[in-house]
Amino acid sequence: MTAVEEVPLSPAGNPIGFGNMKRVEDQRFVRGQGNYVDDVSLPGMVHGAILRSPFAHARINGIDTSRAEQLPGVLAVITGKVLEGIPRPDLLGDNFAWMPTLSYDTQAVLATDKVRFQGQEVAFVIATDRYIAKDALELIDVDYEPLEPVMDAKRAMEPGAPIIRDDKGQQDNSITDVHGHKDWESGNAIGTAEAIAAAQADPDCVVVTQEVMYPRVHPAPMETCGSVAFLDKVTGQLTLYTTSQAPHAHRTVYAMVAGLPEHKIRVISPDIGGGFGNKVGIYPGYVLSIVGSIVTGKPVKWMEDRNENLTSTSFARDYHMTGTIAATKEGKILAVDVDVLADHGAFNGVAQPTNYPAGFFHIFSGSYDYPNAHCKVTPVYTNKAPGGVAYACSFRITEAVYLIERLVDCLAAELGMDPAELRLKNLLRPEQFPYTSPTGWVYDSGQYENTMRLALEMADYDQLRREQAEKRARGEYMGIGLSFFTEGVGAGPRKDMDILGLGMADGIELRVHPTGKAVLRLSVQSQGQAHETTYAQIVAHELGIPPEDIEVVHGDTDQTPFGLGTYGSRSTPVSGAAAAVVSRKVKDKARQIAAAALECSPDDLEWQLGQWHVKGDPERAKTIQEIALLSHGSLELPDGVEGHLEATTVYNPPNLTYPYGCYVCVVDVDPGTGQVKVRRFIAVDDCGTRINPMVVEGQVHGGIADGIGMALMELIAFDEDGNCLGGSFMDYLLPTSMECPDYELGETVTPSPHHPIGAKGVGESATVGSPPAVVNAVIDAISPFGVRHADMPLTPANVWRAIQGRPVRVDMAVE
Amino acid sequence: MQVSMNINGEPITADIEARKLLVHFIREDAGLRGTHWGCDTSNCGTCTVWVDGEAVKSCTVLAAQADGHEVRTVEGLEGADGLDPVQQGFIECHGLQCGFCTPGMLMTARWFLDRNPSPTKDEIREAISGQICRCTGYKNIVDAIHWAAEHPRTNEVTA
Repeated sequence: MTAVEEVPLSPAGNPIGFGNMKRVEDQRFVRGQGNYVDDVSLPGMVHGAILRSPFAHARINGIDTSRAEQLPGVLAVITGKVLEGIPRPDLLGDNFAWMPTLSYDTQAVLATDKVRFQGQEVAFVIATDRYIAKDALELIDVDYEPLEPVMDAKRAMEPGAPIIRDDKGQQDNSITDVHGHKDWESGNAIGTAEAIAAAQADPDCVVVTQEVMYPRVHPAPMETCGSVAFLDKVTGQLTLYTTSQAPHAHRTVYAMVAGLPEHKIRVISPDIGGGFGNKVGIYPGYVLSIVGSIVTGKPVKWMEDRNENLTSTSFARDYHMTGTIAATKEGKILAVDVDVLADHGAFNGVAQPTNYPAGFFHIFSGSYDYPNAHCKVTPVYTNKAPGGVAYACSFRITEAVYLIERLVDCLAAELGMDPAELRLKNLLRPEQFPYTSPTGWVYDSGQYENTMRLALEMADYDQLRREQAEKRARGEYMGIGLSFFTEGVGAGPRKDMDILGLGMADGIELRVHPTGKAVLRLSVQSQGQAHETTYAQIVAHELGIPPEDIEVVHGDTDQTPFGLGTYGSRSTPVSGAAAAVVSRKVKDKARQIAAAALECSPDDLEWQLGQWHVKGDPERAKTIQEIALLSHGSLELPDGVEGHLEATTVYNPPNLTYPYGCYVCVVDVDPGTGQVKVRRFIAVDDCGTRINPMVVEGQVHGGIADGIGMALMELIAFDEDGNCLGGSFMDYLLPTSMECPDYELGETVTPSPHHPIGAKGVGESATVGSPPAVVNAVIDAISPFGVRHADMPLTPANVWRAIQGRPVRVDMAVE
Repeated sequence: MQVSMNINGEPITADIEARKLLVHFIREDAGLRGTHWGCDTSNCGTCTVWVDGEAVKSCTVLAAQADGHEVRTVEGLEGADGLDPVQQGFIECHGLQCGFCTPGMLMTARWFLDRNPSPTKDEIREAISGQICRCTGYKNIVDAIHWAAEHPRTNEVTA
């Protein structure tokens, strides 16, 4: 555990402020008393199940539901035709068969004309029991006319490729963003091209180009997605229990999709069993549970199974990247140019700020100091499940960091230079902050070299290199991989960032009761991040109220103010800032009330450890608890000061925050089998101020495991016919305790200058930073075989192929 | 068909379909929602309970197979004298985040420690290798079970 500043302890032994604190949430979870969506049971509740397409691309010539409807226990069978018959009085479409995506595209709720990916929703059965609902699915007869599936993004761009989105009158498979662009570019195209051309002509420079595929993976939270919907026909109130990382945003979208008045919709996200981006989007199943309740008049539960989760909900990545890096022979990076083909699946369902159709991928220039960078990203439709921004990626920063960190290692190999030395030569220097990157980001703060040197020291890097040389001499293949990453998190300033027009600012409310206990109401939604603990710590830090006296309420739109939810590591940078600001508002009001009680001017008071006291006279003081009672009492308050002690605020972040870190991974590779063993993983993170170091470190641990999984085993693959080959945990391999090492963590603390408590957010840092460290280590291990790059996942088969000089297969096909 | 079993010391009898899975029986018929369902394929282990003292994945056991047997779930871990040390260990060592895999982890951990009271960390890793956690990266879970090994129970809970 990391050392933290001494803070006073509460009567319960908790820090009144920042520091390690046991989680409030654990008390219910270790007793099996969590309340997840599948635990919700309402009187008269019935169950829904979805019939899904067995084909990746097929025309639907007809659907016969009569046999299913006759099965005892079946209440209704809903098809796309039924939905087409339900008019929808809004601007987003004219019936329920289609719904908007978070990227201004449309997605079929239930297929009407065609199915466009395997697993697509075709019909919805509502029955008295979940077993009967599943039985009924087998009694629905669908007349499919199979069409040629487009399973590869490059194939999708070829002339003559089958058109996937003929429903929109598309003439090809390109995706047009809301501004009318098919390609999205950032940076200086001309300057970058000229710098690379100049380097190519200069004998003192090198230029390296590398194709890098970040394959399709899935967040796979342990809890699948689901919902329980109940439309009360008497009151018109829709209550939706749902697995949502963004309950308020979801409520607004439901208001638009269902045409229901927003004040009559209550979205409740109870305990969420992991999200990682999987629970940001709105899935047809959620909408169908609502429709099911409208049709039957009963509460309808829909809970997907694991196969449905893996095959139909938000995938991640699927980025075909080609990067070119130019540098001097001394190792000074001059320019990087990137071309990306982005596979978005059958519907453009990515969740990202409107003006950023490639997410924040253009932060790919990374942690290094060079003037010229440019990227072009071309999204395309394929016959795969929709999604694209998910799995703890910080809006595509995962892809960006993977690319630049692979390119830097390829450059090091080309130059014959140690990759640590090459990075140290190019890292941004402390005096360059705030630093404007070549693609326009303004990095807030950083002391990169300190962080990197700490990581190298913890790893004993020089000794590792000596050990590697000795082992190579004996024919043993050990690899050392580095990554240095910079993220931009906490989306975001509302002038730049919105989702479906909803600005990315977050509200918060703090109320101190007469007895000095408090309730804090958040717009963001924990999926395991310990908000009930850490947000109480922020208020405790600001107001001196013990954290056990602060109740944190979240996950219910009727009980919390509006905000955009938890993803992209945005809770602490946005809502955490809001918690500090709203506490300061309360503190300012408390000062006025204390001054009235102490019969002095507010200017004569100073704040210390939970109380306002007269300057120079600590005995004349009022604690925050005393002030809370006074605020509700008969004390005459100054003009303009209302009774009670509460405040609200909406925090609009002035900039993103930029957490960063340096990771070192050590692997051993068996060249005979291709088996990779991760022996050590050293992670030094700088996420600014740490509210609860225990929670921070826990999130870093989880992210490293994610990275090991993606680098070595996770893959959503498809065969040529469009069958998903990663549809269960027998095929979609997740890291277990056996693949993960005992992580070695370090920290540096460079606070964000613009965040009220200097915190930067850390939820996705390790998921972003760890994949390149693992891959770089594996490539380093097998570099004696002439390998400079191999694509993830580096399964034994793929490592073996790379050693043999054969191409890596990301389709898992048998050769 | 009618099945009867004893769950956490309480008898329960219910008329069910023969195909009903034990995990659904525990959650829906017995109303004990602490046992979770995560994958259908016995890979994730969040549904782990004990049947006659043996840890099993209840998504791959029929309720009918548990007819006449003793079942223990996460709700049965806490004793009159408080939390089981494995529960306390998970709190002490931050062995959980979203909490969804936790019930299965706890049932496996207690089962394992009853058979190997002083395990090495490598033995703990092997013991939980049939359980998936997506949040913690396992290190703190291993530490939590190790903590529990160092804090033995005072009261024996029998299955």
